[in-house]
Amino acid sequence: MAYVRPVSKTRWYRAKRSYTVHMLQELTSLFVGIFALILLWGIGSIAAGPAAYQAFLDGLTSPLMLLWMWITTIVMFYHAIAWFSVTPKAMPVQRGEEFVPGSIIAGAHYVVWIALSLLVLLLAGVF
Amino acid sequence: MAKINKALFWSLFAAGGTLTAFVFPVLALIVLFAAYGSPADVMGYEQMHGLLSNWLGKLVAFGTVALALWHAAHRMRTALHGLGIRADGVVAAVGYGVALLGTVLSAYYLVQI
Repeated sequence: MAYVRPVSKTRWYRAKRSYTVHMLQELTSLFVGIFALILLWGIGSIAAGPAAYQAFLDGLTSPLMLLWMWITTIVMFYHAIAWFSVTPKAMPVQRGEEFVPGSIIAGAHYVVWIALSLLVLLLAGVF
Repeated sequence: MAKINKALFWSLFAAGGTLTAFVFPVLALIVLFAAYGSPADVMGYEQMHGLLSNWLGKLVAFGTVALALWHAAHRMRTALHGLGIRADGVVAAVGYGVALLGTVLSAYYLVQI
């Protein structure tokens, strides 16, 4: 009989710090999904007209919603940084014999990220 | 067929993760700005309506919402499995169900704008 290393099916992510970090990163997707639904709610309210859109904006100001959006914003930045840091490992780029250093791939993502964020801020009327 | 589905789902998942990584932090920040009503013009109705009234805007908004929903549904499915929840059929049905409904609704709303 082959040796099977005993691993808990329900608590394995507590065994090592890196496993816990991985699980936390996976759970950020809950905030991604709920934020997508909030955006969907906003799009629906724009389709319904100015009064409905104002109701959507007013809904954002409730204390619970404010707290949720603060947590979401922090989690989204964490999600982005975690995603860009694994991208060089998930999609390595080879040039000739050598692999392009991960720092260059991640760095390029950060440059695009900053440029895109500034564009979105401009489009949304922040400045 | 199963292999094709797997590749298709994986590419949608990766696209969703990359797209949300690029635009969700700034979008969440903008929603926070709007919640505090500062600066005054942020996310104004005319501005938002204008962005979503052309087909490029509609396409970007649809792609962002739909890919984010599918990405989140798939990732939560694997995460819940990792947490020891074995009701995968229910988890998949609820997650992908919400993603499908959100995809259809976002298209329906955007066409009306």
